[in-house]
Amino acid sequence: MTIKPHQYLTYRGKAGMWAWILHRLTGVGVLVFLLAHILDTAAIGWGPAAYNRMIELYRMPVFRVGEVALAGAVLFHALNGVRIIILDFWPETMRAEKKLFAGVVTLFAVVYLPMAIYMLRFLAH
Amino acid sequence: MKAMNGAGRARPESGMELYAWLFMRVSGIVLLFLAVGHLLIMHVIHNVETIDYHFVAHRFMTPFWRTYDLVMLWLALLHGLNGARTLIEDYVGVRGWRVFSLASLYILGFIFLALGSLVILTFQPVGG
Repeated sequence: MTIKPHQYLTYRGKAGMWAWILHRLTGVGVLVFLLAHILDTAAIGWGPAAYNRMIELYRMPVFRVGEVALAGAVLFHALNGVRIIILDFWPETMRAEKKLFAGVVTLFAVVYLPMAIYMLRFLAH
Repeated sequence: MKAMNGAGRARPESGMELYAWLFMRVSGIVLLFLAVGHLLIMHVIHNVETIDYHFVAHRFMTPFWRTYDLVMLWLALLHGLNGARTLIEDYVGVRGWRVFSLASLYILGFIFLALGSLVILTFQPVGG
């Protein structure tokens, strides 16, 4: 069966599809940061001046906000990863699939919202 | 026919693909503690305002944190590279581009794994 372009627009996926897409997007995001982070940490081999200049970059507001997005990506990927493991190893939990996704979203919100506000407190001064 | 009752990729029947599938789940559980722990320590409790050369040099004096960072580097990078491999195999349809993408990924992965390990294992603080 092939999917016609207009079907992409009208198709509404279930929770599992959004979880799947978000898992892939957050995974790519974290991997890109990890590669950048390996490079910036390598600056430590050139001594304090080089490393501190590198860290200075991360102190820019745009990176501080990006850091909060990174934390969200790691957290969602971790929580949804647990959901994937539960569903894969205990297939009978598929019956409660919607509840599991709701659990991931709820847990994410409860942990991430206070964390993001705390991390963004630098914007206040 | 693969059983498609899980939430992730269907469990491969056997061989390297099955080990890769299992690795994603096992490394994922370990990273849940290592990466989220790292996030809390380095991005919430501490942050880039307080982290500098002195902070990292002091941290790397303890073998515990070097081991922690080395294990996390290997697990996170291999987990990420295998994820990227899955995406390439899913989305890069033209065989030539797929081979090229995979070869680039493996070369890039090897370089970053070697560089990251070198930095963690050979770091010597300067100036006391």
